This record gives sequence, structure tokens and C-alpha cells, in this order.
Amino acid sequence: MAESGGGNDIQWCFSQVKGAVDDDVAEADIISTVEFNHSGELLATGDKGGRVVIFQQEQENKIQSHSRGEYNVYSTFQSHEPEFDYLKSLEIEEKINKIRWLPQKNAAQFLLSTNDKTIKLWKISERDKRPEGYNLKEEDGRYRDPTTVTTLRVPVFRPMDLMVEASPRRIFANAHTYHINSISINSDYETYLSADDLRINLWHLEITDRSFNIVDIKPANMEELTEVITAAEFHPNSCNTFVYSSSKGTIRLCDMRASALCDRHSKLFEEPEDPSNRSFFSEIISSISDVKFSHSGRYMMTRDYLSVKIWDLNMENRPVETYQVHEYLRSKLCSLYENDCIFDKFECCWNGSDSVVMTGSYNNFFRMFDRNTKRDITLEASRENNKPRTVLKPRKVCASGKRKKDEISVDSLDFNKKILHTAWHPKENIIAVATTNNLYIFQDKVN
Amino acid sequence: QDTQEKEGILPERAEEAKLKAKYPSLGHKPGGSDFLMKRLQKGVWGIISYPLSLEPKGVLGMKSVEQKYFDSGDYNMAKAKMKNKQLPSAGPDKNLVTGDHIPTPQDLPQRKSSLVTSKLAG
Repeated sequence: MAESGGGNDIQWCFSQVKGAVDDDVAEADIISTVEFNHSGELLATGDKGGRVVIFQQEQENKIQSHSRGEYNVYSTFQSHEPEFDYLKSLEIEEKINKIRWLPQKNAAQFLLSTNDKTIKLWKISERDKRPEGYNLKEEDGRYRDPTTVTTLRVPVFRPMDLMVEASPRRIFANAHTYHINSISINSDYETYLSADDLRINLWHLEITDRSFNIVDIKPANMEELTEVITAAEFHPNSCNTFVYSSSKGTIRLCDMRASALCDRHSKLFEEPEDPSNRSFFSEIISSISDVKFSHSGRYMMTRDYLSVKIWDLNMENRPVETYQVHEYLRSKLCSLYENDCIFDKFECCWNGSDSVVMTGSYNNFFRMFDRNTKRDITLEASRENNKPRTVLKPRKVCASGKRKKDEISVDSLDFNKKILHTAWHPKENIIAVATTNNLYIFQDKVN
Repeated sequence: QDTQEKEGILPERAEEAKLKAKYPSLGHKPGGSDFLMKRLQKGVWGIISYPLSLEPKGVLGMKSVEQKYFDSGDYNMAKAKMKNKQLPSAGPDKNLVTGDHIPTPQDLPQRKSSLVTSKLAG
């Protein structure tokens, strides 16, 4: 179980790929969220068709120690169905926007999954025994005629093939007028928040018929609307603290002890902009698509269209680190606006020790930034490199001028191949990278 | 980099100039309540049709969405060629324009849930 040294000292190898090979991608198969559980043993994906697939890491084979356990399908279920709200003439997509795992408390696993309007708590439990030897029932379930029973026996539990069952335990509905973009479980493990474009609600995991509204940025007059909430997350350690990001590139930190309605932030994180640099695109590309606290709770990371920023919670006026993801796109903003790519919402994630951050890009590229060495690397999720233990070759995009061998020019990038969702195992150097409809798992080279 | 030095403007500004050359009627600010409100209305049934030449997109990416009438009231209004219909749940928005074509049941998007198992599990 190696501690991550640096993003570039690690040699990333292909491990597995899940999903169909064919290029004809059905809408329903588009992956919309990826999340490891707290131990890293389970990996969940959600898709546009409202389905959840959970993979489980197999126990490490002590003899063959050249690779860590593979992830195999553990459970799959239909989480959400498409709905139509007749009162509002509103079509509600079944697409799973986010999945968040609860920490494990007993034998069962629990996760929250949400679409645009409804959050559901799912219980995933294993059944590996079944009772046999009933007196009044045959083994196949048919009832026996009681008059034919001549002796009595005590039913016993016998082992059976493992069955994994998913059942919805709570449905948290009808609390969001706008579209839910985030859910986040509190460190108290009793409450969680859900955020839509204009409001954030606080729920108790046991209570489905009410929730507290803790942030409401809807103006009295909708004509005065200037920004919306894009993401929200609870602090990993302080159960009274959460942050939410906006379409204008700001992050607000709120303390629930201050008041019941946290409309007034405790801290406002915003990097000042040089007005002479402002353009038509400035506000669009400053919109934050994801915000994630570090595991330590000291820092938070934000993703906007072109960069990843690390903020120290103690300093509001500028980020402490900024990493350019694909700066070469700045000279392509016109066409990216025309084809809507400028509105793509990329996510970002930390490694277990908060030393490396990762985010996706186009052409099925993804990027890692080592905060200590300041080195970065670009890798590609592609079936061409799919021999296990093959070290991935770093990629390079040529922005302008002469293209070197093995470099790819900006104009050759495939903007339909976008990596929006990535996840990093909480303890090991194992990453899950979602392309449009495939899930790639990469590991560092273990000798 | 060469372009930047020669013209002395940021790549972003050059891109902005390109966009404005293509769509001269584009407003200055892509933000603003009109455009954000359209994002908030994703999924609402009704005709929302925005050719790029006429309207800039919201900050949050409201694409041109062509959806269909869903009840007989809308259908009849289209038949009578009424323009500038209000959306049922929207606030006043004078820019919304209804389309002229009348959908048939065959045109309506199919809404079936995915009963097929995900290919990730295959």
C-alpha cells in the first residue's frame, strides 16, 4: 500500500476497462458520476440511464503480488426512472448526477444517489445463507399439505451463492425547485446537504418528510439573477462548515452556527481579476464546475474551465496554487462556445495524501499535478494501451508552431471525447477515469 | 504566441472578435437574468428555439432546445399561429418565440426508462 510520492514519480499502468467497445454510444450509457467508497474497496458509477453499477475490489492475491486486486461487478440496479411533473410541465431526467457513499457502520453498505430532483438512500447488502428445511414449505417454495407432515425438523441456515441486493431505504423528494448539482454527507454522519442552482437544503438521513433550507440565493425579482450555485460540499471534519461555488467563480464558506439561514457567508474566496483582461468569455470560463476539500480539511480545490486552483481556507483573496489544465484552448474559445464545449463541467479530485490532484480534459486526456514537485503529466484513457502493467506514455499537446513527433496539435483534439469524471482511491494509487461510456482503472506499477 | 505579439491582444480577445464578427448582434455580456433563467428551465416542455445568430447563450450553457408541445392547448395555439406564447411556469420573458411547425405523435421524443442492464456490468 504505497503512499503516493509524486504524480510523476509514479508510473501509471493500465489495469482494467469496463463498458462496450463499439463507438455507437447509447445516451443511457453515458457515465455521469464515479465515486470510491471510504475504504476504496467499492467503486460506484452512475449513468444517464439512471443506473448504478458498483464494482468490488477482489482480495489481493498474496502469491501474485505484481498487481492489486481487480474490480469486478458487485451490484447493479436502477436507481432513478424518468419522470414527468405534470403540474409544472417539467421533464425530469433519470440521469444520476452524483453518488456519495456513507461510511460503513455494519455489514451493509449505504450510498446516496441523486438525479435532478430526488435523492435516494440505497442499502446494499449481501446474502450468503438461506434457511432450509421448513416444515410447511418445500425447498422450491410450494406449500406442503399439513396433513402429510409426520415429523418435525428445525430449519437451518445453509450457505448459498452470494447474492447482493440493493434496496431503496429513504427517498428524499420534493425539496428542490431547481436542478440538484451536489450532495455532500456531513462529518456527523447523520445529516447531508443537497444543492440546486439557487438553494441548499440540509437533511437528516432518517427523515424524509422535511429538510431545512440553509442557503437561498434566489432574488425577489428574477430579473436580478446574476449567479447560480454550481457545487457545494461539507467540510471533512467540521460538521458546521460547508462551501458552495458559483457561476461567477467565487466560493463562499458558511458556518451553520452563525445563523439558521446561511445567506451571509463567513468567508468569500475570490481571485481579483485584471479588468483589462476581461473578455466576452471571462465569466463563462470562470464558472466553477467542481469544489472539493482536501482530506486534511485545510485546503479546497476548485475547477473552472481552464484551470484547477487550490485555496488555503485561511486566505480568501487568492488561491495558493493554480494549475493550467489546457491553456491552449484559450485561443479556441470561439469555436468552443459555438459547439457548447465551453460549458462542459469538469470535476477534480485529490489523492489520499493530498499531494497530487487530478482532472480531465478533451481527447480522453486527463491531467495530474504534483503539488510538491510542481510537475504535471498528461495521460490518455484509450483501449490502445490496454495491456495490463503497460506503463502509460505521457501525452503532449502542441499549441502552436512546429509539432514534434508524438505531439498532438490542438486542432486534432477530439472534443467529443471528454473526461469529466475521475476518482482516486482514498488510500492507494488506483484511479478510476470515465470516458463517455467506458470506465478505465489505472494503477501505479508495483514490482 | 506569434499572433499575440503581432496584434498585441490576448488570445481571448481575438476569439471574442471572431465571435462578434460571426454574430454581430451578440450582446456584450453573456450573463444576466434572461440567460440564467433559461438554464433554470431545463426540461420544461414548450418550444424554445434560439438560433445562435440572434441570442447569446447563458453563462451556464443553455443550448437551443427544440422540444414539443405537450397538450392540446399549446397545439391549438400553434395552429392559430400565435407568437410570443408565455411558458406555463416561467416568469415573463418576452424573448421566447414559438415555432411554427405542429408536431405529430410520431415526432414526440420517446420516454422509456432504461430497463436494460448497463454495459459496464456486462
